[in-house]
Amino acid sequence: MSVQDVDFTGGISWPSNGISEVPFRLYTDPAQYALEQERIFKGPTWNYLCLAGEIPEAGDWVATTIGEVAVIVARGADGAINAFVNRCAHRGNLLCLTNNGHGKEITCIYHGWSYDLEGHLTGVAFEKGVRREGGMPPEFHKDDHHLQRLRVGEIAGLVFATFSAEVEDVESYFGPLVVSGIRRVLNRPAQIIGRSTQVLPNNWKLYFENTKDTYHASILHAFLTTFRINRLSQPGSINIDESGGHHFSQAKLDYAAEDAEYKAAALRSDTDLKLQDNSVVESVDEYGDSVSVQILTAFPNLVLQQIRNTIAVRVLRPRGVDRSELDWVHLGFADDTPEMTERRLRQGNLVGPAGYIALEDGCVGGFVQRALHYNDDDSGVVMMGGHEAQSQAFRASEAAIRGFWKKYRALTGA
Amino acid sequence: MDDPALRLGVEELHAAYADCIDDDRLEEWPDFFVENCRYLITSRDSHREGLRHGIIYCASRGMLADRVMALRRANIFEPHHYRHIVGPARIGRVEAGVAEARANFLAVRIMHDGDSQLFATGRYLDRIDIGELPFRFIERLVVLDSRKVDTLLVIPL
Repeated sequence: MSVQDVDFTGGISWPSNGISEVPFRLYTDPAQYALEQERIFKGPTWNYLCLAGEIPEAGDWVATTIGEVAVIVARGADGAINAFVNRCAHRGNLLCLTNNGHGKEITCIYHGWSYDLEGHLTGVAFEKGVRREGGMPPEFHKDDHHLQRLRVGEIAGLVFATFSAEVEDVESYFGPLVVSGIRRVLNRPAQIIGRSTQVLPNNWKLYFENTKDTYHASILHAFLTTFRINRLSQPGSINIDESGGHHFSQAKLDYAAEDAEYKAAALRSDTDLKLQDNSVVESVDEYGDSVSVQILTAFPNLVLQQIRNTIAVRVLRPRGVDRSELDWVHLGFADDTPEMTERRLRQGNLVGPAGYIALEDGCVGGFVQRALHYNDDDSGVVMMGGHEAQSQAFRASEAAIRGFWKKYRALTGA
Repeated sequence: MDDPALRLGVEELHAAYADCIDDDRLEEWPDFFVENCRYLITSRDSHREGLRHGIIYCASRGMLADRVMALRRANIFEPHHYRHIVGPARIGRVEAGVAEARANFLAVRIMHDGDSQLFATGRYLDRIDIGELPFRFIERLVVLDSRKVDTLLVIPL
Protein backbone atom coordinates (compact mmCIF):
# COMPACT_ATOMS: atom_id res chain seq x y z
CA MET A 1 0.00 0.00 0.00
CA SER A 2 1.44 3.36 -0.94
CA VAL A 3 0.54 6.57 0.82
CA GLN A 4 -1.51 7.62 -2.20
CA ASP A 5 -3.92 4.74 -1.61
CA VAL A 6 -4.80 5.88 1.88
CA ASP A 7 -7.61 8.31 2.57
CA PHE A 8 -7.59 10.78 5.41
CA THR A 9 -10.54 9.38 7.32
CA GLY A 10 -9.92 7.53 10.51
CA GLY A 11 -7.16 9.71 11.84
CA ILE A 12 -5.06 9.35 14.94
CA SER A 13 -6.63 9.96 18.31
CA TRP A 14 -4.75 12.10 20.79
CA PRO A 15 -4.94 11.19 24.48
CA SER A 16 -6.07 14.70 25.38
CA ASN A 17 -6.44 18.21 24.03
CA GLY A 18 -3.03 18.99 25.50
CA ILE A 19 0.31 19.14 23.74
CA SER A 20 2.41 17.28 26.29
CA GLU A 21 1.39 13.77 25.19
CA VAL A 22 2.11 12.80 21.59
CA PRO A 23 0.71 9.65 19.92
CA PHE A 24 3.47 7.44 18.53
CA ARG A 25 1.44 6.61 15.44
CA LEU A 26 2.08 10.12 14.16
CA TYR A 27 5.56 8.90 13.18
CA THR A 28 4.50 5.63 11.54
CA ASP A 29 1.15 6.11 9.83
CA PRO A 30 1.23 6.49 6.00
CA ALA A 31 -2.16 8.23 6.02
CA GLN A 32 -0.86 10.82 8.48
CA TYR A 33 2.18 11.35 6.27
CA ALA A 34 -0.05 12.02 3.25
CA LEU A 35 -2.19 14.37 5.35
CA GLU A 36 0.92 16.33 6.35
CA GLN A 37 1.89 16.84 2.71
CA GLU A 38 -1.48 18.51 2.04
CA ARG A 39 -2.16 20.34 5.29
CA ILE A 40 1.36 21.32 6.31
CA PHE A 41 3.79 21.51 3.39
CA LYS A 42 1.17 22.54 0.81
CA GLY A 43 -0.92 24.25 3.47
CA PRO A 44 -0.72 27.69 5.11
CA THR A 45 3.01 27.52 5.90
CA TRP A 46 6.09 29.28 4.56
CA ASN A 47 8.74 26.77 3.43
CA TYR A 48 12.41 27.59 3.01
CA LEU A 49 13.59 27.24 -0.59
CA CYS A 50 17.14 28.55 -0.98
CA LEU A 51 19.43 31.49 -0.34
CA ALA A 52 18.79 34.53 -2.52
CA GLY A 53 22.55 34.44 -3.13
CA GLU A 54 22.23 31.09 -4.93
CA ILE A 55 20.32 32.80 -7.76
CA PRO A 56 22.05 36.20 -7.98
CA GLU A 57 21.46 36.92 -11.68
CA ALA A 58 18.29 37.16 -13.76
CA GLY A 59 17.83 33.75 -15.39
CA ASP A 60 19.36 31.77 -12.49
CA TRP A 61 17.22 28.97 -11.13
CA VAL A 62 17.42 26.28 -8.45
CA ALA A 63 15.32 23.11 -8.31
CA THR A 64 14.24 22.08 -4.83
CA THR A 65 11.29 20.57 -2.97
CA ILE A 66 8.55 21.64 -0.59
CA GLY A 67 7.65 18.48 1.28
CA GLU A 68 7.71 15.87 -1.49
CA VAL A 69 6.69 18.36 -4.19
CA ALA A 70 9.26 19.40 -6.81
CA VAL A 71 9.60 23.19 -7.03
CA ILE A 72 11.67 25.65 -9.07
CA VAL A 73 12.95 28.97 -7.72
CA ALA A 74 14.02 31.41 -10.41
CA ARG A 75 15.11 35.01 -10.69
CA GLY A 76 13.07 36.61 -13.45
CA ALA A 77 14.10 39.21 -16.00
CA ASP A 78 12.91 41.97 -13.63
CA GLY A 79 15.18 40.70 -10.85
CA ALA A 80 12.31 39.43 -8.70
CA ILE A 81 12.37 35.88 -7.33
CA ASN A 82 9.60 33.56 -8.52
CA ALA A 83 8.69 30.05 -7.46
CA PHE A 84 6.53 27.51 -9.24
CA VAL A 85 5.98 23.79 -9.26
CA ASN A 86 8.50 21.82 -11.32
CA ARG A 87 5.81 20.27 -13.49
CA CYS A 88 4.99 21.01 -17.10
CA ALA A 89 1.42 22.23 -17.63
CA HIS A 90 1.14 19.96 -20.68
CA ARG A 91 1.59 16.37 -19.49
CA GLY A 92 3.03 16.91 -16.05
CA ASN A 93 6.65 16.17 -16.89
CA LEU A 94 9.45 17.29 -14.60
CA LEU A 95 10.80 20.48 -16.18
CA CYS A 96 14.15 21.01 -14.47
CA LEU A 97 16.14 17.81 -14.16
CA THR A 98 19.27 19.18 -12.49
CA ASN A 99 19.74 21.08 -9.23
CA ASN A 100 20.38 24.45 -10.81
CA GLY A 101 20.84 26.24 -14.09
CA HIS A 102 20.57 29.48 -16.00
CA GLY A 103 18.58 30.60 -19.02
CA LYS A 104 15.97 32.98 -20.38
CA GLU A 105 13.39 30.24 -20.44
CA ILE A 106 12.77 26.70 -19.25
CA THR A 107 11.84 24.20 -21.94
CA CYS A 108 10.26 20.83 -21.31
CA ILE A 109 12.30 18.05 -22.85
CA TYR A 110 9.21 15.95 -23.59
CA HIS A 111 7.25 18.08 -26.11
CA GLY A 112 9.17 21.33 -26.12
CA TRP A 113 6.75 23.56 -24.22
CA SER A 114 8.69 26.53 -22.90
CA TYR A 115 8.13 28.94 -20.04
CA ASP A 116 9.69 32.23 -19.01
CA LEU A 117 11.12 32.56 -15.52
CA GLU A 118 7.85 34.04 -14.26
CA GLY A 119 6.18 30.73 -15.16
CA HIS A 120 4.25 31.98 -18.22
CA LEU A 121 3.86 29.53 -21.10
CA THR A 122 5.66 31.22 -23.99
CA GLY A 123 6.03 28.50 -26.58
CA VAL A 124 4.22 25.33 -27.68
CA ALA A 125 6.04 23.21 -30.23
CA PHE A 126 4.00 22.80 -33.44
CA GLU A 127 1.20 24.93 -31.96
CA LYS A 128 -0.12 25.62 -35.46
CA GLY A 129 0.48 22.03 -36.56
CA VAL A 130 2.71 20.80 -39.34
CA ARG A 131 1.85 21.92 -42.89
CA ARG A 132 -1.44 23.23 -41.51
CA GLU A 133 -2.39 19.82 -40.22
CA GLY A 134 -2.91 19.05 -36.56
CA GLY A 135 -1.89 21.64 -34.00
CA MET A 136 -3.83 23.11 -31.13
CA PRO A 137 -7.51 23.94 -31.59
CA PRO A 138 -8.48 27.64 -31.66
CA GLU A 139 -9.82 27.57 -28.11
CA PHE A 140 -6.34 26.78 -26.78
CA HIS A 141 -4.73 29.88 -25.24
CA LYS A 142 -1.24 29.79 -23.81
CA ASP A 143 -2.29 32.25 -21.08
CA ASP A 144 -4.52 29.54 -19.61
CA HIS A 145 -1.63 27.15 -19.09
CA HIS A 146 1.00 28.86 -16.97
CA LEU A 147 2.91 26.95 -14.29
CA GLN A 148 1.39 26.73 -10.83
CA ARG A 149 2.89 29.71 -9.04
CA LEU A 150 3.75 29.97 -5.37
CA ARG A 151 3.91 33.10 -3.23
CA VAL A 152 7.48 34.11 -2.42
CA GLY A 153 8.94 35.97 0.55
CA GLU A 154 12.46 36.79 1.69
CA ILE A 155 14.02 37.45 5.09
CA ALA A 156 17.70 38.32 5.42
CA GLY A 157 18.60 36.50 2.21
CA LEU A 158 16.53 33.40 2.99
CA VAL A 159 13.90 32.70 0.32
CA PHE A 160 10.59 31.15 1.40
CA ALA A 161 7.47 30.17 -0.53
CA THR A 162 3.94 29.03 0.18
CA PHE A 163 1.21 27.27 -1.79
CA SER A 164 -1.35 29.16 0.28
CA ALA A 165 -3.13 32.27 -0.95
CA GLU A 166 -4.51 32.89 2.53
CA VAL A 167 -1.54 32.66 4.89
CA GLU A 168 -0.19 35.99 6.17
CA ASP A 169 3.02 37.50 4.76
CA VAL A 170 6.25 35.72 5.59
CA GLU A 171 7.42 38.06 8.37
CA SER A 172 4.04 37.98 10.13
CA TYR A 173 4.02 34.17 9.77
CA PHE A 174 7.29 33.74 11.65
CA GLY A 175 6.58 36.66 13.98
CA PRO A 176 8.87 39.48 15.15
CA LEU A 177 10.66 37.42 17.80
CA VAL A 178 11.86 34.64 15.48
CA VAL A 179 12.52 37.08 12.63
CA SER A 180 14.84 38.96 15.01
CA GLY A 181 16.65 35.65 15.63
CA ILE A 182 17.14 35.17 11.88
CA ARG A 183 18.37 38.73 11.40
CA ARG A 184 20.79 38.39 14.33
CA VAL A 185 22.66 35.51 12.64
CA LEU A 186 22.38 36.68 9.02
CA ASN A 187 23.31 40.27 9.78
CA ARG A 188 25.61 40.66 6.76
CA PRO A 189 26.03 39.13 3.28
CA ALA A 190 26.55 35.39 3.63
CA GLN A 191 28.27 33.00 1.27
CA ILE A 192 28.17 29.23 1.00
CA ILE A 193 31.36 27.48 2.12
CA GLY A 194 30.15 23.86 2.08
CA ARG A 195 27.29 21.47 1.53
CA SER A 196 26.37 17.92 2.39
CA THR A 197 23.25 15.82 2.79
CA GLN A 198 22.56 13.53 5.72
CA VAL A 199 20.07 10.74 5.10
CA LEU A 200 18.03 10.21 8.26
CA PRO A 201 16.34 6.84 8.85
CA ASN A 202 13.34 8.42 10.52
CA ASN A 203 10.17 10.43 10.14
CA TRP A 204 10.81 14.13 9.51
CA LYS A 205 9.09 15.19 12.73
CA LEU A 206 11.58 13.30 14.90
CA TYR A 207 14.38 15.46 13.54
CA PHE A 208 12.45 18.71 13.75
CA GLU A 209 11.55 17.95 17.36
CA ASN A 210 15.17 17.08 18.08
CA THR A 211 16.31 20.55 17.05
CA LYS A 212 13.72 22.07 19.40
CA ASP A 213 14.74 19.73 22.23
CA THR A 214 17.09 21.58 24.59
CA TYR A 215 16.73 18.77 27.16
CA HIS A 216 18.77 16.18 25.22
CA ALA A 217 21.64 18.40 24.15
CA SER A 218 23.98 17.93 27.10
CA ILE A 219 22.98 14.26 27.61
CA LEU A 220 23.10 12.64 24.16
CA HIS A 221 25.91 14.83 22.87
CA ALA A 222 28.70 13.96 25.27
CA PHE A 223 31.51 15.55 23.28
CA LEU A 224 31.50 18.92 24.99
CA THR A 225 31.05 17.54 28.50
CA THR A 226 33.54 14.68 28.02
CA PHE A 227 36.25 17.12 27.07
CA ARG A 228 34.99 19.60 29.70
CA ILE A 229 34.51 22.27 27.10
CA ASN A 230 31.49 24.04 28.47
CA ARG A 231 29.14 23.96 31.39
CA LEU A 232 25.54 22.95 31.73
CA SER A 233 24.95 26.04 33.81
CA GLN A 234 25.56 28.38 30.89
CA PRO A 235 22.77 30.96 30.92
CA GLY A 236 20.28 30.51 28.15
CA SER A 237 16.73 30.85 26.99
CA ILE A 238 14.03 29.36 24.79
CA ASN A 239 12.10 31.82 22.65
CA ILE A 240 8.90 30.63 21.00
CA ASP A 241 6.59 32.51 18.65
CA GLU A 242 2.86 32.81 19.33
CA SER A 243 1.89 29.98 16.96
CA GLY A 244 4.36 27.66 18.69
CA GLY A 245 5.87 26.39 15.44
CA HIS A 246 8.96 28.57 15.33
CA HIS A 247 11.55 29.10 18.01
CA PHE A 248 15.13 29.81 18.86
CA SER A 249 17.14 28.70 21.84
CA GLN A 250 20.24 30.48 23.00
CA ALA A 251 23.15 29.70 25.31
CA LYS A 252 25.72 32.22 26.41
CA LEU A 253 29.40 31.64 26.98
CA ASP A 254 32.07 33.58 28.82
CA TYR A 255 34.52 33.52 25.90
CA ALA A 256 37.35 35.14 27.89
CA ALA A 257 37.08 32.65 30.77
CA GLU A 258 37.07 29.74 28.37
CA ASP A 259 40.18 31.00 26.64
CA ALA A 260 41.96 31.35 30.00
CA GLU A 261 40.92 27.82 30.88
CA TYR A 262 42.44 26.37 27.70
CA LYS A 263 45.71 28.03 28.51
CA ALA A 264 45.64 26.64 32.04
CA ALA A 265 44.67 23.17 30.76
CA ALA A 266 47.55 23.18 28.29
CA LEU A 267 49.94 23.55 31.25
CA ARG A 268 48.40 20.74 33.25
CA SER A 269 50.25 17.47 33.17
CA ASP A 270 47.38 15.25 34.23
CA THR A 271 46.16 12.69 31.74
CA ASP A 272 42.58 13.81 31.97
CA LEU A 273 40.59 13.68 28.76
CA LYS A 274 41.40 16.73 26.78
CA LEU A 275 41.69 17.68 23.16
CA GLN A 276 45.15 17.67 21.62
CA ASP A 277 44.12 20.43 19.24
CA ASN A 278 41.66 22.96 20.66
CA SER A 279 41.17 24.75 17.36
CA VAL A 280 37.96 22.77 16.81
CA VAL A 281 36.31 24.85 19.56
CA GLU A 282 38.42 28.01 19.67
CA SER A 283 35.86 30.62 18.82
CA VAL A 284 35.38 34.36 18.84
CA ASP A 285 32.33 36.34 19.89
CA GLU A 286 31.55 37.47 16.35
CA TYR A 287 28.13 38.92 17.24
CA GLY A 288 29.41 40.70 20.34
CA ASP A 289 26.56 39.41 22.52
CA SER A 290 28.20 36.37 24.21
CA VAL A 291 25.68 34.02 22.57
CA SER A 292 27.69 30.93 21.63
CA VAL A 293 24.81 28.74 20.48
CA GLN A 294 21.59 29.75 18.79
CA ILE A 295 19.41 27.07 17.23
CA LEU A 296 16.43 28.48 15.35
CA THR A 297 13.59 26.54 13.75
CA ALA A 298 11.18 27.91 11.16
CA PHE A 299 8.21 25.57 10.75
CA PRO A 300 8.07 23.28 8.86
CA ASN A 301 11.43 22.76 7.14
CA LEU A 302 14.23 25.11 8.23
CA VAL A 303 16.84 25.13 10.97
CA LEU A 304 19.22 28.09 11.16
CA GLN A 305 22.21 27.35 13.33
CA GLN A 306 24.96 29.31 15.02
CA ILE A 307 27.17 27.01 17.07
CA ARG A 308 30.13 29.18 18.02
CA ASN A 309 31.45 30.32 14.63
CA THR A 310 29.74 27.65 12.56
CA ILE A 311 26.77 29.07 10.74
CA ALA A 312 24.53 26.72 8.77
CA VAL A 313 21.16 26.38 7.20
CA ARG A 314 19.68 22.91 7.55
CA VAL A 315 16.81 22.04 5.25
CA LEU A 316 14.62 19.11 6.28
CA ARG A 317 13.03 17.09 3.49
CA PRO A 318 10.49 14.36 4.24
CA ARG A 319 11.13 11.35 2.02
CA GLY A 320 8.53 8.86 3.16
CA VAL A 321 7.05 8.04 6.53
CA ASP A 322 10.34 6.65 7.88
CA ARG A 323 12.99 8.51 5.90
CA SER A 324 14.17 12.11 5.65
CA GLU A 325 17.01 14.03 4.11
CA LEU A 326 18.79 16.87 5.83
CA ASP A 327 20.64 19.29 3.58
CA TRP A 328 23.45 21.11 5.36
CA VAL A 329 24.45 24.44 3.84
CA HIS A 330 27.46 25.85 5.67
CA LEU A 331 27.89 29.60 5.60
CA GLY A 332 30.58 32.19 6.01
CA PHE A 333 30.33 35.90 5.38
CA ALA A 334 31.67 38.09 2.61
CA ASP A 335 33.78 40.02 5.13
CA ASP A 336 35.49 36.95 6.65
CA THR A 337 39.26 37.20 6.96
CA PRO A 338 41.30 34.11 5.97
CA GLU A 339 41.74 33.43 9.72
CA MET A 340 37.99 33.56 10.25
CA THR A 341 37.39 31.19 7.35
CA GLU A 342 39.93 28.72 8.75
CA ARG A 343 38.23 29.00 12.17
CA ARG A 344 34.84 28.17 10.61
CA LEU A 345 36.33 25.20 8.70
CA ARG A 346 37.90 23.73 11.84
CA GLN A 347 34.80 24.25 13.98
CA GLY A 348 32.89 22.63 11.12
CA ASN A 349 33.88 19.32 12.73
CA LEU A 350 31.25 20.04 15.38
CA VAL A 351 28.34 19.84 12.93
CA GLY A 352 27.12 17.98 9.85
CA PRO A 353 26.89 14.22 9.24
CA ALA A 354 30.24 13.67 11.01
CA GLY A 355 29.82 16.44 13.56
CA TYR A 356 31.09 15.85 17.09
CA ILE A 357 27.87 17.34 18.48
CA ALA A 358 25.57 16.56 15.56
CA LEU A 359 26.32 13.03 14.40
CA GLU A 360 24.22 11.48 17.16
CA ASP A 361 21.17 13.34 15.89
CA GLY A 362 21.54 11.32 12.70
CA CYS A 363 21.06 8.01 14.47
CA VAL A 364 18.83 8.75 17.46
CA GLY A 365 15.75 9.42 15.34
CA GLY A 366 16.31 6.07 13.64
CA PHE A 367 16.43 4.35 17.04
CA VAL A 368 13.04 5.86 17.91
CA GLN A 369 11.65 4.88 14.51
CA ARG A 370 12.79 1.26 15.00
CA ALA A 371 11.34 1.08 18.50
CA LEU A 372 7.98 2.29 17.18
CA HIS A 373 7.89 -0.29 14.38
CA TYR A 374 4.56 -2.12 14.79
CA ASN A 375 4.69 -0.97 18.39
CA ASP A 376 3.07 2.44 18.24
CA ASP A 377 -0.09 2.26 20.32
CA ASP A 378 0.99 4.55 23.13
CA SER A 379 2.02 8.16 23.46
CA GLY A 380 5.29 9.90 24.24
CA VAL A 381 5.56 12.43 27.05
CA VAL A 382 6.91 15.97 26.67
CA MET A 383 6.25 17.56 30.06
CA MET A 384 9.66 18.95 30.97
CA GLY A 385 9.10 22.55 32.01
CA GLY A 386 5.32 22.20 32.17
CA HIS A 387 2.46 21.76 29.74
CA GLU A 388 2.52 25.04 27.84
CA ALA A 389 4.50 26.30 24.86
CA GLN A 390 5.70 29.61 26.24
CA SER A 391 9.13 31.19 26.01
CA GLN A 392 11.29 30.34 29.02
CA ALA A 393 14.46 31.71 30.56
CA PHE A 394 15.91 28.23 31.13
CA ARG A 395 16.65 25.25 28.90
CA ALA A 396 15.72 22.19 31.00
CA SER A 397 12.45 22.22 29.15
CA GLU A 398 10.52 20.71 26.27
CA ALA A 399 8.48 23.87 25.70
CA ALA A 400 9.61 24.28 22.10
CA ILE A 401 8.60 20.69 21.28
CA ARG A 402 5.16 21.42 22.71
CA GLY A 403 5.12 24.49 20.48
CA PHE A 404 5.69 22.24 17.48
CA TRP A 405 2.66 20.15 18.40
CA LYS A 406 0.55 23.22 19.04
CA LYS A 407 1.21 24.38 15.49
CA TYR A 408 0.89 20.86 14.11
CA ARG A 409 -2.49 20.23 15.71
CA ALA A 410 -3.82 23.59 14.50
CA LEU A 411 -2.81 22.73 10.92
CA THR A 412 -3.90 19.10 10.84
CA GLY A 413 -7.16 19.64 12.70
CA ALA A 414 -6.24 16.94 15.19
CA MET B 1 59.03 6.54 -16.13
CA ASP B 2 57.47 4.87 -13.14
CA ASP B 3 59.78 4.18 -10.22
CA PRO B 4 58.97 0.69 -8.86
CA ALA B 5 60.23 1.51 -5.36
CA LEU B 6 58.04 4.61 -5.23
CA ARG B 7 55.04 2.66 -6.50
CA LEU B 8 55.59 -0.08 -3.92
CA GLY B 9 55.86 2.50 -1.13
CA VAL B 10 52.67 4.27 -2.15
CA GLU B 11 50.75 1.02 -2.61
CA GLU B 12 51.94 -0.15 0.80
CA LEU B 13 50.83 3.14 2.39
CA HIS B 14 47.38 2.88 0.79
CA ALA B 15 46.93 -0.75 1.81
CA ALA B 16 48.24 -0.29 5.35
CA TYR B 17 45.99 2.74 5.85
CA ALA B 18 42.87 0.77 4.85
CA ASP B 19 43.89 -2.20 7.02
CA CYS B 20 44.38 0.07 10.01
CA ILE B 21 40.84 1.44 9.76
CA ASP B 22 39.14 -1.84 8.87
CA ASP B 23 40.98 -3.67 11.68
CA ASP B 24 39.83 -1.01 14.17
CA ARG B 25 43.37 0.03 15.06
CA LEU B 26 42.29 3.65 14.86
CA GLU B 27 44.78 4.81 17.49
CA GLU B 28 47.47 4.14 14.84
CA TRP B 29 45.58 6.07 12.16
CA PRO B 30 47.16 9.49 12.86
CA ASP B 31 50.62 7.96 12.35
CA PHE B 32 49.92 7.70 8.64
CA PHE B 33 50.12 11.50 8.49
CA VAL B 34 52.89 14.02 9.02
CA GLU B 35 52.44 16.42 11.94
CA ASN B 36 51.25 19.37 9.84
CA CYS B 37 48.82 17.45 7.70
CA ARG B 38 45.51 18.05 6.08
CA TYR B 39 42.73 15.45 6.02
CA LEU B 40 39.47 16.44 4.37
CA ILE B 41 36.37 14.44 3.54
CA THR B 42 34.33 16.27 0.94
CA SER B 43 32.05 15.50 -1.99
CA ARG B 44 32.73 15.53 -5.69
CA ASP B 45 30.32 18.48 -6.11
CA SER B 46 31.89 20.53 -3.32
CA HIS B 47 35.38 19.72 -4.57
CA ARG B 48 34.49 20.86 -8.09
CA GLU B 49 32.89 24.07 -6.77
CA GLY B 50 35.94 24.81 -4.65
CA LEU B 51 33.98 24.71 -1.39
CA ARG B 52 36.44 24.12 1.40
CA HIS B 53 34.10 23.15 4.23
CA GLY B 54 34.39 19.42 4.71
CA ILE B 55 32.39 16.65 6.31
CA ILE B 56 35.55 16.09 8.35
CA TYR B 57 38.45 18.55 8.27
CA CYS B 58 41.61 17.96 10.25
CA ALA B 59 44.56 20.31 9.94
CA SER B 60 46.97 18.63 12.35
CA ARG B 61 47.83 15.15 13.60
CA GLY B 62 46.36 16.25 16.94
CA MET B 63 42.98 16.84 15.30
CA LEU B 64 43.14 13.31 13.88
CA ALA B 65 43.90 11.89 17.32
CA ASP B 66 41.01 13.90 18.77
CA ARG B 67 38.66 12.31 16.24
CA VAL B 68 39.69 8.87 17.49
CA MET B 69 39.46 9.86 21.16
CA ALA B 70 35.99 11.32 20.60
CA LEU B 71 34.63 8.24 18.87
CA ARG B 72 36.09 5.98 21.56
CA ARG B 73 35.04 8.05 24.56
CA ALA B 74 32.28 10.51 23.70
CA ASN B 75 30.27 9.90 20.56
CA ILE B 76 27.28 7.60 20.59
CA PHE B 77 26.55 5.41 17.56
CA GLU B 78 25.82 1.79 16.72
CA PRO B 79 28.92 -0.39 16.48
CA HIS B 80 30.04 -0.96 12.90
CA HIS B 81 33.13 -1.35 10.80
CA TYR B 82 34.16 -0.82 7.21
CA ARG B 83 35.72 -2.95 4.54
CA HIS B 84 37.74 -0.73 2.22
CA ILE B 85 38.53 -1.87 -1.30
CA VAL B 86 41.21 0.43 -2.66
CA GLY B 87 42.07 0.43 -6.35
CA PRO B 88 45.54 0.67 -7.84
CA ALA B 89 47.43 3.89 -7.14
CA ARG B 90 48.20 6.28 -9.94
CA ILE B 91 51.32 8.28 -9.24
CA GLY B 92 51.30 11.87 -10.39
CA ARG B 93 53.91 14.56 -10.08
CA VAL B 94 56.96 13.82 -7.95
CA GLU B 95 58.93 16.82 -6.74
CA ALA B 96 61.14 17.72 -3.79
CA GLY B 97 60.37 14.59 -1.82
CA VAL B 98 56.61 14.89 -2.33
CA ALA B 99 54.58 12.57 -4.56
CA GLU B 100 51.05 13.13 -5.72
CA ALA B 101 48.95 9.99 -5.96
CA ARG B 102 45.33 9.03 -6.39
CA ALA B 103 43.30 5.88 -5.95
CA ASN B 104 39.65 4.93 -6.12
CA PHE B 105 38.00 3.32 -3.13
CA LEU B 106 34.78 1.84 -1.97
CA ALA B 107 33.83 1.25 1.64
CA VAL B 108 31.21 -1.25 2.74
CA ARG B 109 29.69 -0.59 6.17
CA ILE B 110 29.00 -3.70 8.24
CA MET B 111 26.65 -3.01 11.13
CA HIS B 112 26.82 -4.93 14.41
CA ASP B 113 23.70 -6.88 13.45
CA GLY B 114 25.30 -8.06 10.21
CA ASP B 115 23.63 -5.67 7.78
CA SER B 116 26.11 -4.76 5.07
CA GLN B 117 25.67 -1.74 2.86
CA LEU B 118 27.72 0.12 0.31
CA PHE B 119 28.50 3.18 2.42
CA ALA B 120 30.81 5.29 0.30
CA THR B 121 32.68 5.36 -2.97
CA GLY B 122 35.14 7.97 -4.06
CA ARG B 123 38.70 8.91 -4.76
CA TYR B 124 41.68 9.59 -2.57
CA LEU B 125 43.75 12.55 -3.73
CA ASP B 126 47.05 12.42 -1.87
CA ARG B 127 50.23 14.38 -1.38
CA ILE B 128 52.74 12.03 0.19
CA ASP B 129 56.02 12.67 1.96
CA ILE B 130 58.39 10.16 0.32
CA GLY B 131 61.53 11.52 1.99
CA GLU B 132 61.85 8.51 4.26
CA LEU B 133 60.11 5.21 4.94
CA PRO B 134 57.39 4.69 5.86
CA PHE B 135 55.79 7.21 3.54
CA ARG B 136 53.31 9.53 5.21
CA PHE B 137 50.41 11.66 4.00
CA ILE B 138 50.95 15.40 3.92
CA GLU B 139 47.44 15.73 2.56
CA ARG B 140 44.67 13.22 1.98
CA LEU B 141 41.51 14.49 0.31
CA VAL B 142 38.69 11.97 0.44
CA VAL B 143 36.41 13.03 -2.39
CA LEU B 144 33.10 11.19 -2.08
CA ASP B 145 31.18 10.50 -5.27
CA SER B 146 27.88 11.31 -3.57
CA ARG B 147 26.97 14.23 -1.36
CA LYS B 148 24.66 11.98 0.65
CA VAL B 149 25.89 10.34 3.83
CA ASP B 150 23.67 7.67 5.34
CA THR B 151 22.86 8.43 9.00
CA LEU B 152 26.31 9.45 10.21
CA LEU B 153 30.02 9.23 9.52
CA VAL B 154 32.20 8.67 12.57
CA ILE B 155 34.91 6.19 11.57
CA PRO B 156 37.31 7.83 9.11
CA LEU B 157 37.43 6.78 5.46
